[in-house]
Amino acid sequence: MSGFDIDAIRSDFPALRQEVRGKQLIYLDSAATALKPQVVIDAVRQVYEHNCGNIHRAVHLPSQRATQGYEGTRKQVQAFLGAAKPSEIIFTSGTTQSINMVAQCHGRANLGAGDKVLITGLEHHSNIVPWQMICEEMGAQLVVAEIDDDGDVPLERIEAQLKAGGVKIVAFAHVSNALGTVLPAKEICAMARSHGAISVVDGAQAVPHMAPNVVDLGCDFYVFSGHKLFAPTGTGVLYGRFDVLGAMPPYQGGGDMIRSVSFEKTTYAELPNRLEAGTPNIAGVIGMGAALTYLGGLDMAAMQAHEEDLFRYTDESLRSIAGLRRVGTAKHSMGALSFFLDCAHPHDIGTIVDTEGVALRTGHHCAQPVMKAFGIPATARASLAFYNCRADVDALLASVRTVQEMFS
Amino acid sequence: MNSDLRELYQEVILDHSKAPRNFRFPEGANREAQGDNPLCGDNLTVKLILEGDAIVDIGFQGSGCAISQAAASTMTEMVKGMKLEDINAIFENYHAVVMGEAEVDEDLLGKLAVFAGVSEFPMRVKCATLSWHTMQHAIANDGDVVTTE
Repeated sequence: MSGFDIDAIRSDFPALRQEVRGKQLIYLDSAATALKPQVVIDAVRQVYEHNCGNIHRAVHLPSQRATQGYEGTRKQVQAFLGAAKPSEIIFTSGTTQSINMVAQCHGRANLGAGDKVLITGLEHHSNIVPWQMICEEMGAQLVVAEIDDDGDVPLERIEAQLKAGGVKIVAFAHVSNALGTVLPAKEICAMARSHGAISVVDGAQAVPHMAPNVVDLGCDFYVFSGHKLFAPTGTGVLYGRFDVLGAMPPYQGGGDMIRSVSFEKTTYAELPNRLEAGTPNIAGVIGMGAALTYLGGLDMAAMQAHEEDLFRYTDESLRSIAGLRRVGTAKHSMGALSFFLDCAHPHDIGTIVDTEGVALRTGHHCAQPVMKAFGIPATARASLAFYNCRADVDALLASVRTVQEMFS
Repeated sequence: MNSDLRELYQEVILDHSKAPRNFRFPEGANREAQGDNPLCGDNLTVKLILEGDAIVDIGFQGSGCAISQAAASTMTEMVKGMKLEDINAIFENYHAVVMGEAEVDEDLLGKLAVFAGVSEFPMRVKCATLSWHTMQHAIANDGDVVTTE
């Protein structure tokens, strides 16, 4: 494929050059966490070896370098998301913390008795539980736009919930982690706005496959995790439209989020520092910058063409196996493919394919309501990143056949 | 095929998972408990009749992987008609074996020795022990849902 040299790409990811249980690793679990390119690993090491200082504090050179690296990543994220200002980018520990911040800070300030938070039936537990917690506290109600038999959320179901009135927040996955369904984020955000609700987009499973433009999407909040974007674990982003983010009270009190402190009164710093109390994951964030630089060096159009081709190939390959059923068949899907076998429980599939070197996720994928909608306890899920290739899919198929032989 | 895998999915385990024994609730059960593995969604309910210090009948229902279904099935076969102190002695060895912390005591475990292969797969220990923990809670009858976490 022109512009996309898969062998060169694969050689950038050292984790792919290893054997597990005596077999070449076939990594099909990038939706859980993505592998890291060497440049990210090197960037983290560089911080600890040469630039180990705290940020925003000392005048010494290591602190200055760390600060520049950390704030440099903020500008990179701003560019990646097409945000208007760097101060709209808040670093967090991951998607989970980002959503909890919006729920606890924006939610607490804006929800009252009788108000509603609307989510979809596709959501990961991290986009359900934080809303349940704040709804319970504020006397608000959590309402759900259910999924259909394909694992899609028909827009009219979202509109019906909005038309019923009282919805203040609409929170939804850009891409489903369990099924790979892509939701029409731009349309949903517009719908939310026209009904006076703010939108929170969980982009955890979207950003590894596309660069969303938050202005074009028209969302109020967009959140994602660094570790699914080829960056270190313990990093994440909360994007908030300046006006909405600026109105949010602080999440945590502490160092770095203040303008002045006395025992009588504390005044808070401006965005973004106001929402980043304490020493953050400096090396992780700088690693995220390296990941974004790496992604920026790839031919995005060629990468997406490669991923689309691979997704289609995986889907067709899985469907060719008798006794295998795909779960989640929405027209617009990417990244993740869920399935189960008539003959074996997903957990057994996971263990058996692991002995062939194939890393799959099995279970409910932190999306128990999705499993319930399909009336199944669990699925096996293959998830793809741009470093995967057809040979990975062929190895998956061979290992699935081993499972079938064993349980036939 | 990988030898550890063959050791894990022995014929006895496959047989019990496909056709679990005592997959029903005994009439007149006086103890029961529910067990969940929140990480994988496995769940089962164990009901039993405890008379004095012995289990006179026991059954289970639920869903889960081959290991968890076979573990529940072989457990009910093994403990039916057995005294609690003997059951405890069996479970002590069984648990240590699947954790890889002890050798199989053939006299105690009998058929359950097939679960020794689980020790090579630490992620699957909970599958092999959920039914046993659930049964213990049923005996104690404390009404709580057992969880592996």
